[in-house]
Amino acid sequence: MAAKRSSQKLRPIITEHWDDPNLFTLAGYQKVGGYKALKAALKKTPDQVIELVKASGLRGRGGAGFPTGMKWGFVPKKGDKPRYLVVNADESEPGACKDVPLMLADPHLLVEGVIITSYAIEAKEAFIYIRGEVPEAVRRVSWAVKEAREAGLIGRNVAGSDYSLEVTVHAGAGAYICGEETALLDSLEGFRGQPRLKPPFPAVAGLYAAPTVINNVETIANVPFIVTNGAEWFRGYGTEKSPGFKLWAVSGHVERPGIYEAPFGITMRELLDYAGGVRYGRDVKFWIPGGSSVPMLTAEHLDIPLTYEDLAAAGTMLGTGTPMVFDTTTSVVKAVTRWLEFYKHESCGKCTPCREGTYWVVDILQRFEQGDGKKTELKLLDDLSNQIEGRSFCALGDAAATPFPAAMKYFADEFDLATKTPVDKTFDPAATMLKSPVAV
Amino acid sequence: MTPPANSVSLPNDIDKELTTIADRYTHRRSAILPMLHLVQSYQGWVSPEGIEACARVLGISPAEVSGVSTFYTMYRRRPCGKHLIGVCTTSLCGMLGGDAVLQDLREYLSVDENGDSPDGMFTVEHIECQAACSQAPVVTIDWEFFQYMTPWRMHEVVADLRDGKEVKPDRGSTVRGFREVEKVLAGMELTEPTQPAVDDAMLAGLMVAKGKAKS
Amino acid sequence: MTVRASVDGIDVVVPEGTLIIRAAETLGTFIPRFCDHPLLDPVAACRMCLVEIEGMPKPQASCAVTLTEGMKVRTQMTSQVAEQAQAGVMEFLLINHPLDCPVCDKGGECPLQNQAMTAGRPDSRFGGPKREFPKPLAISTEILLDRERCVSCARCTRFSEQVAGDPFIDLLERGSDQQVGIAHDEPFNSYFSGNTIQICPVGALTSTSYRFRSRPFDLVSVKTTCEHCASGCALRTDYRRDFVMRRLAWEDPAVNEDWNCDKGRFAFTYMRHGRLSAPLVRGSDGVLHEVSWSEAIAFAAKGLSALSPSVAALLGGRLTNEDAYSFAKFTRLVLQSDNIDFRNRPSSGEEADFLAHHVAGTGLVVTYEDLENAPIVLLVSLEPEEESPIIFLRLRKAYRKSGLKVAVIGPLLTRGLRKLGAQLLSTVAGGEAATIDSLLAGDLRGSQSVLTALKKKGAVILVGERAASSAGAYSASIDLANETGAKLAWVPRRAGERGALDAGALAGLLPGGRLMADAAARADVARVWGVEPSDLAVRRGKPQEKILREISEGKIDALITAGLQISDAPDVDTFKQALSEAKFIVSFEQRLSDVSSYAHVILPVASVIEKGGSFTDWEGRVRHFNRALNDSPAVSDSTVLGMLAKEMGAPNTGWRIDEVQYEMAKLLGEGPTGTKKEFKRAGAPTIEAADVKAPPSGSAVLSTWHQLLDLGVMQGPEEHLAGTRRPSQVIISPGRAKQLGVATGDLVTVSTVNGVVTLPVEIDEIHEDSVWLPMNSPGSQVLVTLKAREGATVKVAKA
Ligand SMILES: Cc1cc2nc3c(=O)[nH]c(=O)nc-3n(C[C@H](O)[C@H](O)[C@H](O)COP(=O)(O)O)c2cc1C
Ligand code: SF4
Ligand code: SF4
Ligand code: SF4
Ligand code: FES
Repeated sequence: MAAKRSSQKLRPIITEHWDDPNLFTLAGYQKVGGYKALKAALKKTPDQVIELVKASGLRGRGGAGFPTGMKWGFVPKKGDKPRYLVVNADESEPGACKDVPLMLADPHLLVEGVIITSYAIEAKEAFIYIRGEVPEAVRRVSWAVKEAREAGLIGRNVAGSDYSLEVTVHAGAGAYICGEETALLDSLEGFRGQPRLKPPFPAVAGLYAAPTVINNVETIANVPFIVTNGAEWFRGYGTEKSPGFKLWAVSGHVERPGIYEAPFGITMRELLDYAGGVRYGRDVKFWIPGGSSVPMLTAEHLDIPLTYEDLAAAGTMLGTGTPMVFDTTTSVVKAVTRWLEFYKHESCGKCTPCREGTYWVVDILQRFEQGDGKKTELKLLDDLSNQIEGRSFCALGDAAATPFPAAMKYFADEFDLATKTPVDKTFDPAATMLKSPVAV
Repeated sequence: MTPPANSVSLPNDIDKELTTIADRYTHRRSAILPMLHLVQSYQGWVSPEGIEACARVLGISPAEVSGVSTFYTMYRRRPCGKHLIGVCTTSLCGMLGGDAVLQDLREYLSVDENGDSPDGMFTVEHIECQAACSQAPVVTIDWEFFQYMTPWRMHEVVADLRDGKEVKPDRGSTVRGFREVEKVLAGMELTEPTQPAVDDAMLAGLMVAKGKAKS
Repeated sequence: MTVRASVDGIDVVVPEGTLIIRAAETLGTFIPRFCDHPLLDPVAACRMCLVEIEGMPKPQASCAVTLTEGMKVRTQMTSQVAEQAQAGVMEFLLINHPLDCPVCDKGGECPLQNQAMTAGRPDSRFGGPKREFPKPLAISTEILLDRERCVSCARCTRFSEQVAGDPFIDLLERGSDQQVGIAHDEPFNSYFSGNTIQICPVGALTSTSYRFRSRPFDLVSVKTTCEHCASGCALRTDYRRDFVMRRLAWEDPAVNEDWNCDKGRFAFTYMRHGRLSAPLVRGSDGVLHEVSWSEAIAFAAKGLSALSPSVAALLGGRLTNEDAYSFAKFTRLVLQSDNIDFRNRPSSGEEADFLAHHVAGTGLVVTYEDLENAPIVLLVSLEPEEESPIIFLRLRKAYRKSGLKVAVIGPLLTRGLRKLGAQLLSTVAGGEAATIDSLLAGDLRGSQSVLTALKKKGAVILVGERAASSAGAYSASIDLANETGAKLAWVPRRAGERGALDAGALAGLLPGGRLMADAAARADVARVWGVEPSDLAVRRGKPQEKILREISEGKIDALITAGLQISDAPDVDTFKQALSEAKFIVSFEQRLSDVSSYAHVILPVASVIEKGGSFTDWEGRVRHFNRALNDSPAVSDSTVLGMLAKEMGAPNTGWRIDEVQYEMAKLLGEGPTGTKKEFKRAGAPTIEAADVKAPPSGSAVLSTWHQLLDLGVMQGPEEHLAGTRRPSQVIISPGRAKQLGVATGDLVTVSTVNGVVTLPVEIDEIHEDSVWLPMNSPGSQVLVTLKAREGATVKVAKA
């Protein structure tokens, strides 16, 4: 198998049946083999399922890439506290657009993954926390849960086994920080969604202070495939350190933005190719491999294999694995300003560096956008990024400190220019805009 | 604080309904987000009255409920128009046209500083990333999803809503109004989806793999 | 278990679980901080305390990381990383901070100001607009919030939620808009709200009463003891010239930790209102006239000498130990009488016996620490949040930290008791003894776990002074303690009661619980007083109720009163009758009171800040304090008694404060000269449980106690404080509400033949046969209006 790796490019596995018009129903899902993995899993012991996922090398798709099987293994199985699975469906990271599509297209895949994962960690209750701004996902996942319950796949004696499970779909209410796993737990417990101190880690004291596994939607969606096809099969895709395949959601100035499923190791150049290239045959100015929270790269990095290890070596991160592509019409100053405005808006307010730092940085950047920046402020912005990064309470602060230094690394000139000229004068906003494919 | 003139009051048996939500959770406080969504489904905002009702049902202080409700952007401080239009202006969406759509829409609807159109039909605001960047620029109407938005398409949609025509978003259900959708988020309305909610962006890779890509 | 690690290269050995920030303190290294507070759960939010830890890529919050074996920590003292991280955080904190220091109450004692000096930059690099808020926000009548000064450390909100259990303030909004606030119109009416002002690391929270009134560097601070209740808080009294400007909690880990209640903090201005400047003597015209001290003393001495030993002393329960002691001594030695009582409140003979047997002179038996470590604390006739707030705080701490079980014998779970997660053993007032009996007999529903826990080591029973209105309650409590092995302590409400008891201000009892009737004990006391045992009064005296009756019967002729309010007495009419019939009354007071119109001589005495002394808290812990206002001419009760003694030809030494304290140390076994001898103790009371009968229809059994903030005279002039009182309400059960056809908020009357109280009703799970009223709150003065005490049958009707 390993030999075939390099030749495998697009490989729809999770997305294989997304064009099936009945996939979103229980019957449609079962027709393509749905819930067989669950039955197979129930034949194994929970620990065997954990071992299987460990062996597959599956890594979390929420951004941090933590080995999933290992995370499950941290959950203590002894003790009188209940165990919980919480699915992180709060997808809000700028650039990320894969979890919501998955829930819309194939809600039962998520539900099946939830049941198997809950069984593996021996949880009696699972929560799916969906960001509030996507009622359609709430509708579809809720309905899928209802169908599964009526089919005896959720509730008492799952699929006729001794195992019982309750699944609750919970809608958020608008807060990017609730994607951070401990903030999500606080939010789910009915508090302000601010991150918690660690330790204790959720595996030991998570939801309601009980052992809890938190996984991303895409992570969970991989589980049924691993159960069905085995760890070896899974490892047949991707690389040693980045096994498996990924929903690469490509956005930005490309001809056909959208989800491209392929194993780890594919390059941005190849993805661009599938996506029809940069629109109007323009050039890539910069791109970001995995959400606004990871450092940007430029055209010279298009051939880096998209793996955790190769991107880390290039000074960035895989993140959510959802590349955003910006062509030469883009003002990097404006892009960075908008990201910082986003982080300022989404900062939870708990810690000083992120709360005050984003306030300050935005104040400066907005003046740069107007062509009113000061040269000395470039050094200041750099200082401020350093004062935020590594000193904030959670990774949102680190993320907020990412765009500016990364942009400066490649586009210092543009910031210089913005001390004199408003960015809209340098870059015509109309040129950057999309010519809508559905325009009237 | 006195509620604004256009605020309606909560039904008399609101505590009962809120209690059914709280009862869904073993740890009742977990119900606070759906409960606040329910309050909005009646009032179009989270009023002091709604805060008190949630506090009462959960046995926590109104200050705690306020702390929660003001943390989340979907909870509104003032009554919302019939339809809430959110235009995403985070980097990609903003630059791919969201900025232009928002500016145009504000003028087109003559909204005031609160984003309300004079007829009370629409409330317009900018929203942050909807995690649908592949369909930028994104607009939501009552949190239903519209992709690749342009000013001129926006005008059509708004006109249709004004005329009471059925407006279908690009994914999923018909646009019904801000308060209606809040019922879904409160978990008080469960309807069977009848159509797939799959769009081109979701199928982009699959179509290429199947050799069916549009150019 | 200890761990060994190093901080700035210096080895430290600390108990396992010690936070880095605390470990550094033990080395004298102060790591700057804002959100950290040793008594609050860590949040690590402000990021001011960042330090470098070897092997960790990022600086870590030292307030949230515990030291582990071999850890190498470097603080700002030796690490550039730490220093820069802290400087960066400080810079961020200041960008939105107004340049208010010159007009800010906190200026001069502000952690932000101070730490900005050490970790801040000389210039500001921030050029943008600062966050602004309309200022200030009144979050209660007592507390103001200047939001632009807030650094979002969440100390105030954590305090309110965790320590006080009153989450009436919370963080609102998000990100840089985050701010502290209340819900629209529910104010921050917590009994402990003032603590938030003290722990706020900036001047964001200020008090209405102190705002703009002074600067810290103009104030002189002295450590004092609160005179309000028997919780015994150590306070910091700050004064400027002759005026106390404010009071704060003084950190005392054994007692009030870092906290106190709002009454102790804000109710002190009474001390300067309406003070008498000269003695008053009633002339032959029947009117009080100002006279010189010598004239007044001569007049009083003459009057008392003429009528002694047919004299009694009634004390108000708020005297210092020294003053109470002097009254106890003066009465026995100079007046030759044993008629003395410090309990100007509903009391009983059973209580006197209980106190003599179990409490007087026993020293520290149950401590705050014992409460914290107990497996269970059972409360009898005690509502700690209202009647002894620091007990409440300590119980809540233990409940939160270690799941302390609290059980209560009473009519309902009040707000305060709910905050303790208390289990209710429900009874009407008067049924306490019967409830204890059935608890012991094992036939009280749901009480098995209580009984089991009481048998565990360290279990505690706290019985409040209201047990005096419940026949058999004290006796049964002793039985319960004996049967289970639990420790039993008594909790009076007023600050001076336990001290007065130990000092011997109760008929039949000499200092230290010595019995008048015990010859050896008498001899011991006489020796310290420098007299013969035969010089002391011989006849056993009477408690207050009997004293008043005997005055009316002509058996007692003269009376000394000290710090006494008639309206606090259980039977106001009898009291007034007795006062009008007494032949001679000498009244020790700071200001005119309801006794004054009956008094023949009024001797003005010092308030607590004008004299040194001590109070003994409920634990039996003696709480010394120094004189704050040294220039005041006011004299203590002891000093005045000394003058009287001299005038009456009695030994005139032993009345000065140092002499008093020397004698007390000898008799009460405190201090270097203290010798505590064991003498015979009084036997235990053995009053049988009263039969509890259901009240007739339309009637209920009255439960009543003081709310912490009420019409108490010492809270008198503090309107801002009064604004945070809990509302006056009558509480009835849902069943009774249905019967009466009333809903929450409707007016309900509670009446006796003597009077009617009409209040809005609150419907709660109170014992079906009970009704509750606040004892001395606006619209509800139970003793004065209904002339009924707890346990009385009262009529309840819809208004
Ligand atoms: C600010 C912030 C936002 C995040 N948002 C999400 C999110 O929307 N969805 C998600 O799955 N993980 C998100 N994460 C990552 C989660 O904290 C967590 O690592 C993840 O849910 C774990 O699941 P996984 O192991 O399956 O990836 C976010 C992290 C941060 C710091
Ligand atoms: S870095 Fe701090 S302020 Fe920002 S989101 Fe995390 S905890 Fe909140
Ligand atoms: S008001 Fe004071 S104590 Fe409260 S959060 Fe602000 S700075 Fe901290
Ligand atoms: S608790 Fe009691 S002793 Fe402490 S401050 Fe309050 S009234 Fe004074
Ligand atoms: S004192 Fe440690 S983070 Fe605030």
